[in-house]
Amino acid sequence: MSGALHKDYAGAKLGMWIFLFTELLLFGGLFLLYAAYLARYPREFGAAGQEMHLGFGTLNTVILLTSSLLVAMAVTAIQRGARRMVLLLLGGTVLCAAVFLFNKYLEWSAEIGNGIYPNSPRLVAGPAGESVFYSLYYLTVGLHGLHVLIGGTFLTIVAVRVQRGTIHAGDYVLLENGALYWHLVDLIWIFIFPLYYLIL
Amino acid sequence: MSEQQHIVSYGKLTAIWLGLLALTALTVWVARHNAGIGHVWGSLAIAVIKGGLVIAFFMHMKYEGRLLRWLLFFALSVLAIFIGFTFFDVLYR
Repeated sequence: MSGALHKDYAGAKLGMWIFLFTELLLFGGLFLLYAAYLARYPREFGAAGQEMHLGFGTLNTVILLTSSLLVAMAVTAIQRGARRMVLLLLGGTVLCAAVFLFNKYLEWSAEIGNGIYPNSPRLVAGPAGESVFYSLYYLTVGLHGLHVLIGGTFLTIVAVRVQRGTIHAGDYVLLENGALYWHLVDLIWIFIFPLYYLIL
Repeated sequence: MSEQQHIVSYGKLTAIWLGLLALTALTVWVARHNAGIGHVWGSLAIAVIKGGLVIAFFMHMKYEGRLLRWLLFFALSVLAIFIGFTFFDVLYR
């Protein structure tokens, strides 16, 4: 650690975790809304849930779990000073993020093509519970998708800095925090998946 | 930073990943073969186990000090309290 540059490793990580807790509470609020409306409209939620694409949901779960593994391995690789390995693993993570978003695009296109989107004529004419279900679905999954986009961009920037050598075995807290953010994205999907795709 | 780094091996991370994939397969299987109220809690229990594995190993929480562990406990408690209290209202109104 050079004398002129002050680095607070523990503080940087503590700050990231506190931010992640606010994210947990944000998505926790959306899950709470889901649960409260499920208690009010069990039949409508059940009918709407039957139309969800389980294949897309499962595939995206596997993709996110794999990307989480890759970024966790990238942290191990930087600790061991294996720079090329870090770049490969981060590239794999960002690729997974892109594939996830592409699947999301296909899935949403199919749903929008079926007349399912907030305030669509079909949902306006249908029962209130179904419209609530899809509004929550688009809000929660959309916000999660935004996090995937932000996480992917963040990790790309981290990869560029690893390439330039400003992130290395002696100073890698930015990579570690990027990885933490990415794991949070995975963690939230772990709960979105059963709530929207499985239990109904 | 050298004094507090803990290196988790590739093998261990891969084992956790395999566990997560197995739990995903299990949760999909449970959802398809076991309709009824029990599978809601079953699916959520599996999600909690998966989340625990991600936090403990991928996010290195198992190797962190007391401060972060207590903060995590506090954040999850706040979440449980606000979900719990809302349900007192929703279910017994």
